[in-house]
Amino acid sequence: MKRFLLPLAVFAVLVGFLAVGLTLNPREVPSPLVGKPAPAFLLPQLHDQEKTFAPADMAGQVWLLNVWASWCGGCKEEHPVLMQMAQAGNVPIYGMDYKDRREDALSWLRRQGNPYPVTAVDAEGRIGIDYGVYGVPETYVIDKQGVIRYKQIGPLDDEVVAKTIMPLVKELQAK
Amino acid sequence: MKWLMLVVLLMPGLAWAGEAKPLAEDPVAEARLKHLAVELRCLVCQNQTLADSNAPLAEDLRREVREMIAKNMSDQEIIDFLVQRYGDFVLYRPPVKATTTLLWIGPFLLLVGGGIALVLVLRRRGQAMTDTPVTDEEHRRVEQLLSQGERRS
Repeated sequence: MKRFLLPLAVFAVLVGFLAVGLTLNPREVPSPLVGKPAPAFLLPQLHDQEKTFAPADMAGQVWLLNVWASWCGGCKEEHPVLMQMAQAGNVPIYGMDYKDRREDALSWLRRQGNPYPVTAVDAEGRIGIDYGVYGVPETYVIDKQGVIRYKQIGPLDDEVVAKTIMPLVKELQAK
Repeated sequence: MKWLMLVVLLMPGLAWAGEAKPLAEDPVAEARLKHLAVELRCLVCQNQTLADSNAPLAEDLRREVREMIAKNMSDQEIIDFLVQRYGDFVLYRPPVKATTTLLWIGPFLLLVGGGIALVLVLRRRGQAMTDTPVTDEEHRRVEQLLSQGERRS
């Protein structure tokens, strides 16, 4: 009996590692940008191309930057969540339309509703590279000093919003 | 009518003007891009290098790297640029750091552990062999059994 104990223990450890490995999402790459100032940019706005949007415009406010595109499936999935958040009005959500066609983006917002006061247009995806975007949708929580506090990769859902994003936003707003 | 034809014929020329130069005419820069791109991971299809991937993001990143090469930035500067944005994950060769010690030392630990286990097992087996001498009675019985087998076949 004793000679089976060691292999059994090794097997149990292996199963433990594999079990933890199964719950991890390899798509979630930890962002080195969390805790760093949000990279500056100056981009034209989607609705009014004459106007521009820069993160500096948001100084003194806690806000979310949501990177989306009309071609992105996950964006459609998270859109109702964004709409709800916009209606609740606890935190402003600004959009960044990533590598998209203007007409597509506009009609997408017309169909799905527009949760963003302003959407910036990153047609070439260059600002996306500065923000380390690799899979839309991505959402950044940016504090009053313009520092990125959290990055969500992939669609937002009710649970992430309730358990992670809103508590963080409240904490940052109180500062 | 003739000048209109001329304009139409010249149109494709205009369309070309806006395209980013692929730098293919500069073999040195292209070789540097290739050399760098095989060391970098495409974040969309994570098991492909930036050189292999056809994902739009990989194309953008290659364009970005090309531009940095054109600006005469060193390999290290280009890699730092990408690591600042995407983290160590873009590197196919992970750096030696506190968080990656297990990754680097792990295989050697396993090798040493295996070696120790092997020595222990071999030693124990050696003891087990010497500790079981065969008595004369057993010896005779073995002879007998073997000879029986021979007769049968």
